[in-house]
Amino acid sequence: MSTTDQTQTDPYAPSQETTSGPVYTVTGQDWDTVVSGVDPDISERIVVNMGPQHPSTHGVLRLILEIEGESVTEARCGIGYLHTGIEKNMEYRTWTQGVTFCTRMDYLSPMHNEAAYVLAVEKLLGITDQVPEKAEVLRVMMMEVNRISSHLVAIATGGMEIGALTVMTVGFRERELCLDIFELFSGLRMNSAYLRPGGVSADVPDGGLDAVDRFVALMRKRLPELAALCNQNPIFKGRLQDVGYLDLAGCLALGVTGPALRSTGYDWDLRKKQPYSGYDTYDFDVITRDEPDAYGRFRIRLDEMDQSLRIVEQCVSRLRGLEGAPVMVADKKIAWPAQLAVGPDGQGNSLEHIRHIMGESMEALIHHFKLVTEGFRVPAGQTYVSVESPRGELSCHLVSDGGTRPYRAHFRDPSFSNLQATAAMSEGGMLADVIVAIASIDPVMGGVDR
Amino acid sequence: MTQDPSSTAVGGEEVVPSTARTLEVIDVREGMFGVHGSGDTSGYGGLQRPVAMPEASARPYGGWFDEVADRLEQVLGESVGAGAVESAVVDRGELTLHVSRERVRDVCQHLRDDAGLRFELCSGISGVHYPHDAGRELHAVYHLLSMTHNRRIRLEVAAPESDPHIASVVSVYPTADWHERETYDFFGIVFDGHPALTRILMPDDWPGHPQRKDYPLGGIPVEYKGATIPPPDERRSYS
Repeated sequence: MSTTDQTQTDPYAPSQETTSGPVYTVTGQDWDTVVSGVDPDISERIVVNMGPQHPSTHGVLRLILEIEGESVTEARCGIGYLHTGIEKNMEYRTWTQGVTFCTRMDYLSPMHNEAAYVLAVEKLLGITDQVPEKAEVLRVMMMEVNRISSHLVAIATGGMEIGALTVMTVGFRERELCLDIFELFSGLRMNSAYLRPGGVSADVPDGGLDAVDRFVALMRKRLPELAALCNQNPIFKGRLQDVGYLDLAGCLALGVTGPALRSTGYDWDLRKKQPYSGYDTYDFDVITRDEPDAYGRFRIRLDEMDQSLRIVEQCVSRLRGLEGAPVMVADKKIAWPAQLAVGPDGQGNSLEHIRHIMGESMEALIHHFKLVTEGFRVPAGQTYVSVESPRGELSCHLVSDGGTRPYRAHFRDPSFSNLQATAAMSEGGMLADVIVAIASIDPVMGGVDR
Repeated sequence: MTQDPSSTAVGGEEVVPSTARTLEVIDVREGMFGVHGSGDTSGYGGLQRPVAMPEASARPYGGWFDEVADRLEQVLGESVGAGAVESAVVDRGELTLHVSRERVRDVCQHLRDDAGLRFELCSGISGVHYPHDAGRELHAVYHLLSMTHNRRIRLEVAAPESDPHIASVVSVYPTADWHERETYDFFGIVFDGHPALTRILMPDDWPGHPQRKDYPLGGIPVEYKGATIPPPDERRSYS
């Protein structure tokens, strides 16, 4: 790139010479000044650094794009901007405390993070069969509500990134309803640490099931509206169709799972293929399409939300028949001693439990203290448990040395693997289509970087 | 740690004879509250607890595990325990194959390409650091998934800290690219043959490998309502 004349004085878009050529800093609406500084007959390559702080990169994702005009010839990802050392931190907390860490990884599907971890702990403990039915139904219900909220954000932000702001506002409005359900059941809208080894943290609240019924009824009305807005919209289809193409062989080689894999027509869904938490007892369909592009993935997400509503309805009817049933494993050496309750100073242990341990039983106090500070021990060994998160296969590799803390916890986050397909999906296409391709695999950087 | 007598020593380390133990003892913990020497006045100071991982299993493994092992022995031309596959562990309904670090690429190639095995998806690679497992401190764990047969197996490959090299499987499973980079970043395992083995999550100039057990968690004491709470890795721990 020749730089014969560097006379620009724009303080917001300065340029500097480096050993690998001139570097321009572009902050928006000053592209013309940069272009004017570039020789029109360039034969050298231009490398554009996009992100990590950029509204269209779906989070703190850095894209390094080599462009020729508006075509992308090479695309690479830079990740790690949201690394928080969650896996390392979990090695210094008890098995139960681990839930509050892993729920923060993929912040759009906290329930699935928790489920993968909790199922792995239970498998190491060998208590998978002892988890009460009500806890399993509650887990499935929360995971499916979570799937709806995650898909809504995927569609909302994907729409926003191509300029469809109404899709964004509609998506976030509906997602709010999902978060209300989380708040009602767990006390927290995100990062709720609702699933615990052995069960769930709290029983169904008063009026909880009616609220879920209203939610399902409202979503049944509003999801078709979203479909009517987008499905046949010529601009939407024009931007999404044939963009971000990745066929079955590409998906398997690059480890891509979830809606992107199902958009190739392969019905791989762990809920059906390797059922957990009793998914094999629910009636639902796996959605596939033969359009392995951004549009096919969008339609799959839309249809999967309908299927999730079906599962949620079945969960509610089961929960109505399980009133008063336990939500935590019966083994007192593992079960968290107290259930959560809302008190005057916020959420905490139930008052009855406090009265019991502080006023009635010394042994109960000792038991509570030991289990909460020391925690339970998990027999040595390792396990690998996978769940179908909204983005694909989310797995937890958990190693125990027989102690009160995980020896090693590793999460195979679907976004991490799926993001490797960026180059295959966007090279050779237009610069604007890179955004669509990445939005179609819906990476969540909290999960990628952990 | 069980070492098969016929397996070769890696990195110039002495091979421990397998006849001495039956369990895979990787460490021995002492005391109760993470205090060592004269500091522990709790009376639990003499407590000793060996840390043992599940031991190698003998045939039959049960279910489809034998089918996979038979087929793998056929395509490799060597039996489990006498070649590339050093041992097999069946625990909690999962099959783990311990594979030698030079041959892991070969084994993966067969596992992917043979129609009877067909593990077409490498789900992920994670590292585990066992600082007391002498000569085999660093483990890389591969999680393979066969969608055709709906099966999962796990490969475990060990390397000594003094020579942390393992053959890369990127040429077999392209998805292993980022997973191997992550394992290198956090454990310092060098995957020979990887196209561009650089750090992925930590900054490029970061010193050390954070997920190793001797790498401190870090943190500062926090004062709350007059009490000072030490950082998590300095708090009382139950060994």
